[in-house]
Amino acid sequence: MMERPSRISIKPMITPINVVLGIILAIGCVLTVLRFTGGLSVVTNLDDNNPWGIWIGFDLLCGVALAAGGYTTSSACYIFGLKRYHSAVRPAILTAFLGYALVVLALHYDVGRPWRLPFPIFWQQGTTSLLFEVGLCVFLYLTVLFVEFTPAAFEWLGFPKLREKIVKLTILLTILGVVLSTLHQSSLGALYTIVPSKLHPLWYSGYLPVYFFISSMFAGLSMVLFEGSLAHKYMHDKMDETHLRESEGIVLGFGKAASFIMAGYVAIKVIGLSVDNNWHYLFTGYGAWFLLELIGFVALPAFVYAIGVREKNIRLIQRTAVWTVLGIILNRFNISLIAFNWHLPSAERYFPGWMEIAVSLFIVAIGIVIYRFVTTHMPILYEHPDYRSDH
Amino acid sequence: MEIFYSLQEFMTYSKGITYLIMGAILILMPLYWLFLTDRDEKKETY
Repeated sequence: MMERPSRISIKPMITPINVVLGIILAIGCVLTVLRFTGGLSVVTNLDDNNPWGIWIGFDLLCGVALAAGGYTTSSACYIFGLKRYHSAVRPAILTAFLGYALVVLALHYDVGRPWRLPFPIFWQQGTTSLLFEVGLCVFLYLTVLFVEFTPAAFEWLGFPKLREKIVKLTILLTILGVVLSTLHQSSLGALYTIVPSKLHPLWYSGYLPVYFFISSMFAGLSMVLFEGSLAHKYMHDKMDETHLRESEGIVLGFGKAASFIMAGYVAIKVIGLSVDNNWHYLFTGYGAWFLLELIGFVALPAFVYAIGVREKNIRLIQRTAVWTVLGIILNRFNISLIAFNWHLPSAERYFPGWMEIAVSLFIVAIGIVIYRFVTTHMPILYEHPDYRSDH
Repeated sequence: MEIFYSLQEFMTYSKGITYLIMGAILILMPLYWLFLTDRDEKKETY
């Protein structure tokens, strides 16, 4: 067995990023105690008219969409055989696994009574509810992602036989991942088809499940690009030669894929507008906001992605990935918060309290800390020397 | 804004526009693909 090279560099613990993360985590711990002892009303602005707030709009809807990089990257590599993207698979699987795990964690804050989490799956299935379908898929997909992630942990822990057994399941796990993602990404959109009278007609459509699924694809690809650019900036020393060599091809390939999917997304959104004959709403305030989302945060980034791919401008593509991620967050916020209950007077509309925002930041901070721990200790951004080219 | 007196009128109008848009998309998407890929290295496929 070859000796493992140490990739753990000694860096000072007290850095500006660590201090900010520490403050967010400390505040989050206090708010967690408040939430689970005092109830929702102590830390949120939720009420009977607005029972779903930022914890659903951001933590759940954005979390699930942005974690789609796991199934898009692994299906590109293992189903479509694009092995040149192999070095992106592990970081993408890790991000997806953490994303979904944090979605489930965040859901506890909204739903409460965490000990009852297994009830909808094992005791009392509400099979006519879309929420049941979402819950079941997230439960199954989180399990799939956990299993997909374990080879890296087994390499780190030194369990080669267990690792070998899991690696043999790769194609099965990838197919399961695509199937389950297709189901629950679309079901999250389908969830909002139950509220035609509450959601603004420009966002409400019978095609909402399709919109959510298609947008999750370019959200996932953009998130992989965004996370990759951050990893290159802050964890360059953890990357091996293969990772660095393949990174440019990954950025160009993912940028191209995201651009084309986004163009298709714009096309089906226009078809949705036309089918429901909602053109006249475009000339209202909400129409301007809708056009800002569709043109400013989907069509334009798609075009800039294309320019970046044509010019082979890596930095432009990475910046466009941030733009696209913001666009996805805006879309999910529009559907779950801004265009939701749009007919209510502003006094009765929901606006998140600072404690809700702090809890969401707390969840993100937990994700960053775990991501840093895992990528520092496990072979995520580099190939373990004992298993090089063993895939 | 158009006024429709029956579902058939509404469907005829909205579907008519939709089919025109779909035709435009069928032409525009391949053009966009060409725009996206025309600087790629050409692969010999024979």
